[in-house]
This record gives sequence, structure tokens and C-alpha cells, in this order.
Amino acid sequence: MANALVFIDNPGAALKKSSLELLTLARKLGETAVAFNGELTEHVAATLGAYGVATIYQPSVADLDDYLVAPKAAYLAAAVVASGVTAVLIENSPEGKEIAGRLGIKLNAGVITDVVGLEADGTAHKSVLAGSYNTTAKATTPVAVFSVKANIVEPEPAGAATAPATAKVEVPADAAANAARISSRTEKPASGRPDLSEARIVVAGGRGVDGDFGPLEELADALGAAVGASRAATDAGWIGHDAQVGQTGVTVSPQLYISAGISGAIQQKAGMQTSKVIVAINKDAESPVFEIADFGIIGDLFKVVPQATAEIKKRKG
Amino acid sequence: MKIVVLVKHVPDAQFDRHITGPGNTTDRDESILSELDEYALEAALQLAEERGGAKAGNEVIALSMGPSGAVNAVKKSLQIGAYSGVHLSDDALAGSDAAATSLALAATIRHLSADRRPVDLVLTGMASTDGETSLIPAQLAERLSLPQLTFASTLEVNGGTVVARRDAGSHSETVEAQLPALVSVTDQINEPRYPNFKGILAAKKKKIASLSLADIGVDPSEVGQSGSWTVVESAAARPPRTAGTIITDEGDAGIKLVDFLAAQKLL
Ligand SMILES: Cc1cc2nc3c(=O)[nH]c(=O)nc-3n(C[C@H](O)[C@H](O)[C@H](O)COP(=O)(O)OP(=O)(O)OC[C@H]3O[C@@H](n4cnc5c(N)ncnc54)[C@H](O)[C@@H]3O)c2cc1C
Repeated sequence: MANALVFIDNPGAALKKSSLELLTLARKLGETAVAFNGELTEHVAATLGAYGVATIYQPSVADLDDYLVAPKAAYLAAAVVASGVTAVLIENSPEGKEIAGRLGIKLNAGVITDVVGLEADGTAHKSVLAGSYNTTAKATTPVAVFSVKANIVEPEPAGAATAPATAKVEVPADAAANAARISSRTEKPASGRPDLSEARIVVAGGRGVDGDFGPLEELADALGAAVGASRAATDAGWIGHDAQVGQTGVTVSPQLYISAGISGAIQQKAGMQTSKVIVAINKDAESPVFEIADFGIIGDLFKVVPQATAEIKKRKG
Repeated sequence: MKIVVLVKHVPDAQFDRHITGPGNTTDRDESILSELDEYALEAALQLAEERGGAKAGNEVIALSMGPSGAVNAVKKSLQIGAYSGVHLSDDALAGSDAAATSLALAATIRHLSADRRPVDLVLTGMASTDGETSLIPAQLAERLSLPQLTFASTLEVNGGTVVARRDAGSHSETVEAQLPALVSVTDQINEPRYPNFKGILAAKKKKIASLSLADIGVDPSEVGQSGSWTVVESAAARPPRTAGTIITDEGDAGIKLVDFLAAQKLL
């Protein structure tokens, strides 16, 4: 019988890196099952096999995506009962956390969010209060629900591949009864850069870019990085709100965070101070961002950034 | 419309925050109204005002659960403009996790619905600025069997229908539900007003109801540490980040930056 259930929601043609991370982590807890939503392509099924998944559950209805989270939580609850698992792993997106929350109430299960490490006995590691404390937490209930941050393990296929069985899960008839309906949806144009929350390197700009993200985008492309921003920059409309890093934006934890023209207000720091290495470029030597920078440059970003980009291109040949 | 706004009393993020005591809970000495709840309060006030305010029978009730100091979050909400306040406080609530908190809040909202007329809308911030789990809106909605419209960056109520826009990373969507509903709002939704002198004076005359677990019919064992489904086993302050090398650009800082990245094996 499976011990851990991983929720994989609409991956499309290939599994996201964060899903592979969940599958890798789940194996620590024992045999893995997947609660799948969306179209299961042959390629995705094969990847699930490579990651050692024993069973793939699919919902009996196709309209889970027409509603906000509630029916997905109802489906997952039914999948937990069908699979008999004791742990559920979900990605730590806003939607993932909400599904986890509703699922916890349905199952009388403890929910632990923002997990950055998980041990075989269900002990979860978290970083709280804007990265100022490391805590460990545990669910005291028979079933535990974890929403897990991206980038905390390297995806690794199982030693031996499996041929997963598939099974249908009956979604309760009233699953959508108390759900908000999604009446329209527009996809934003893709930038071609890595996803901000998963990127290994983030180049972020603030009010100091004065309307021109061009030099930061060029540096990001030379480094294979995602572009982030402070709220001042997104509020000014220089870049989309989805690029905002911080308390009310995306939390990032990359290998390298380059902050340019950002003062380093507490709400901005909250979203980036667990980055491994922080580089700051700012004209003002008094900016609080220098208190947390591993390498700080007091200077004009419009001079420093293009010079760095040119130098990287030169060295990479 | 009868609107309940959840307001949380949280440690001020501008100062160092600490986790203390045997239950590893956050020290709440230097606390304020959670900034992100001000957006929910503003959204509630706007909805009520569009409908003729208190004179037309609208209600905006600020609800806070927490120890004695949490009443300050309610008072501040009244100064900003909430029409009345509710403070749920009981020693047995200490150490409640999200599941136990949502249980107590759900019972309070049922209690507020039972006394006169039902609550139409529960409004919350997108997250508290201390726990930051965003679990409460979802868990409260589940317990009350309400549709949830979370992370709303716009909000309209037309007749009995609530409509909101949300922006996720890769897409933007419009969502709708029938009232009663629960909505959590982001900091994009509005510009919260500040309490003015008139508001501060008016707040002194407004009512704050103090409720205990007995008032809302919750057994003490259902909340606090005994009613929680998770425990924080350990908490350790992370050593603060220390400043590294700081240089002043003398025309070659871009090169020095690349040298640094190369030395860190980040290229
Ligand atoms: C409820 C709430 C939530 C918030 N959430 C977030 C959040 O999620 N993320 C976030 O970022 N902020 C958030 N904020 C806003 C935050 O408090 C700051 O206002 C914001 O981060 C400031 O952005 P900034 O550093 O780009 O702008 P500023 O503080 O104006 O700093 C601009 C910096 O650029 C420097 N500069 C200017 N020109 C140049 C140049 N040519 N070269 C180099 N340096 C230059 C200046 O010296 C200055 O330090 C939030 C605020 C509130 C109240």
C-alpha cells in the first residue's frame, strides 16, 4: 500500500521540475502514488514510472478545472481514502496551499505549508518569519498534508522503473456545490526565461531602473536567469505584477539573487533573503540591502550591469 | 450587506520577531494590525458605502481572535472605519494552529449569523504577516461550506453574485460565486485609508463584543494545542545575514562582479 500521494495538476506535455522534486521527496516516505488531474500523456505516464510511481489515480469527472480549488480538494480527499496513504505532497503555490488547507479539514489532517525539507518520519523543516527562524514541525494526525517549496531537492528517478497501474477515483457528486466558478481565464505571454519561483538565478530591479528593464533582461539572459522586481517597479507598471518578489509577491530562494536599484525594504527582503548568494547594486551606500549582500556595489546600475553583461558574454565566448 | 472582516494582531515586521516558550509560538508583545488586513477592511468599507453605509442597514464587523492585546487590532479597525468589533479571546485558544483557529473563527461567524441576520461576506487579507500560510481563508471556507475567492485583486458584488479577478504567475482569471462567500484580497485591490481624527473619536463610541469559547459553543479541547493537528517541535533563530564585501564603483565594478561570480562558481 502506498505511503505518500503526490498531487499533479495539469502538467501538459511534460512534468514540471517541481513535480519531479515532489516525486523524489515522496519516495523517502515509502511507496508513491499520484493523484493526477488533466490529460495523462504517454510521455508523462512513462516519467511517472521512471520515478517509481506505483499507482496513478485519475478523477471520475473532467470539470475540476472549471472551479477554484474546492473540487480538487474533494477529489484529493477521495484519492487519499482510495490509496490509504498517510502523507500527501502538494506544490507550494497559492493554489496548492489552499487545496492543502481544504483537504486538511476534510481529512482531519494536519497541514504543514512552505516545507523546505522532509524527513522519512514526517518531520518537516520550514523557514518562518521572513527567513529569520528555522523550525521543524510535525502533524499529530494519522494523515499529514505537506505543501513543499520548489528547489529543495534535485529530481532523481527511482533506482528501478515501475509500470504504474491506473485507477479512477469517484469524485463526490457535491464536490463543486460550494465552489467559486472560473468564468474566464487568460494566459500571459511566456517570456522564454525560467519560472521566477524555480529559477537558479534571479536578476531583480527596482525603482532605480527608472522604467527601463532592458539592461537587467540582458544580464538575466546572459546568466540564464529569471527577472524579478520590487513592488515599486511593478506598481509603476514597468514590468508585470507576477515579477514582484517579496511578502506580497513571489518568494524566491535561488543560488544567486542580483538586486539592482532596490533599497531592500523589509517586505522585499522577506521574499529573497534565503537566497544562497546575494549581490546588490545601488547608488546609495546607506541602502538596507547592503546589510544582507554578500557582494555589494555602490554604483550606478546603468554602468555596472551592462559592463557585467559584456564581461560574462566575453568569458563564455 | 453584513460583512465580517478578519483582522489579526501580529508582531510588527519592522522589528526583530521572536519565537518563544514551550509551544514555540511567536512573541506578540510589539504587535500591530496586520498590514495586509487593511486591504480587506478597505474593500469591506467600500462595499458597504456603495450600498448606503450603516444607515441603509449595512454592517462591517471587524473580528479578531487572540489574547487581550488583540483587541487593539479591533480598535484600530474601528478607527479606520469598521462599524463594530468582535474580540474572541480565551486562554484555551493559545497555541492554536490553522485548523484549530479556523474552527474557532467558523464558530464565531456562525454565532454572528445566528444572533440577527446571516453574514453575507467574510473578507480576509491574502495572508497574515506573521504565519504567512494563507491557510485560514481556505480552511474557514471549508468549515463554513462557503465558496472561496482568494487573492482577489478586484472585487464586485452584483445582487447576490460576487465577482473577483485573480492574477496567478502564468495567467489571470475571473472567478464568481453566490453569496454568502469568503474572499481574500491582495495588496493590489485598493489603497487603504488611514484613521483620521474624526474616525478616532467615533471609534470610542463603537461597540466591541467580547466573546469566549463558551459564548460560541466551542469546547476548549477542540482548540489550542489539544485541538491542533500540527506541532512545532523546534525553532532556531537563523544567524542574521552579515554584510559581505562592499565596493564602490571606480569604472570596473561590472568586471569585479563577474570575478566574484566566477569565484563562487555561479557563472
Ligand atoms: C503591505 C505591503 C506589502 C509590500 N510587499 C512588497 C513586496 O512583496 N515586494 C516589494 O519589493 N516591496 C513590497 N512592499 C513595498 C516596500 O515597502 C518598498 O516600498 C519597495 O520594496 C521599494 O521598492 P524599491 O526598493 O524598488 O524602491 P525604493 O525604495 O525607492 O528604492 C530604489 C533604490 O534604487 C536606488 N537607485 C536609484 N537609481 C539607481 C541607479 N541608477 N543605480 C543604482 N541604484 C539606484 C536608490 O538608491 C534606492 O535605494 C510592500 C509594502 C507594503 C506596505
